[in-house]
Amino acid sequence: MVVDTPPKSDPDAVFRALSDPTRRDILQRSADADLSVSRLADAYPMSFAAVQKHVAVLERAGLVTKERRGREQLVRTDPGGVRAARQALDDLEETWRGRIDRMTGLLAEDPNS
Amino acid sequence: MSITSLDTDIDELTLTLVADFDAPIEQVWELWADPRKLERWWGPPSHPATFDKHDLSAGGEVAYFMTGPEGDKHRGWWRVNAVDPPRSLEVTDGFADADGNPNDEMGTTDMTMELVEHEGGTRMKLLSTFASREQMQGMVEMGMVEGLQGAVGQMDAILAE
Repeated sequence: MVVDTPPKSDPDAVFRALSDPTRRDILQRSADADLSVSRLADAYPMSFAAVQKHVAVLERAGLVTKERRGREQLVRTDPGGVRAARQALDDLEETWRGRIDRMTGLLAEDPNS
Repeated sequence: MSITSLDTDIDELTLTLVADFDAPIEQVWELWADPRKLERWWGPPSHPATFDKHDLSAGGEVAYFMTGPEGDKHRGWWRVNAVDPPRSLEVTDGFADADGNPNDEMGTTDMTMELVEHEGGTRMKLLSTFASREQMQGMVEMGMVEGLQGAVGQMDAILAE
């Protein structure tokens, strides 16, 4: 199985992307199901172009990708879950680094316990 | 530095950890077997864990919650698949809803932990395997969106001061 190395996400771009309530809502909706940009545009009181711009910001932050299906562009959160898998593993690694530090601390603290 | 190696494998969805402790096996085992000790290291300082059920026998169940800075509680559980004190422990580890009922959609990991004598101390080998990519995606989306929304919310509050 070939897995492309996912692009390293830029935390500033991610923060910027998530600082807007419409973009957070788009992310939430497209996490539940792949939606086309036009379907998404129906959900907000703004123009198709405005929604498209919001999607572009999310895309630049690496939070979604667009995939063409027929005449529609589907907004997807992370194709194949590769980036999510990487992130979950990184989170777990960070968790265990902390745990091992604390275990070491406890063992050093009270050697007779 | 007690971590000897720590590797993650994106294809196998595993984390493999080897850590060496300057303590006898029994003492390292106690960090898992004594819930009062376990809760001093399982959760990060920001989210300390409280174990309210802790049965480390085969088929036994372990239940805990982590308490966040806002008093928010996050429940988790282990199911003990195999145990050989003080040498090894195999559990399935998952999340639960507020009532403690396992929530499989949030993802589970299988964790195998083994202790061996090593150079006068104890070597702990740990293998953690995620059940599926889809579950990992769910976990990360939830954590990332909630975590960053929280952070952004705090930023908004600070800017508003």
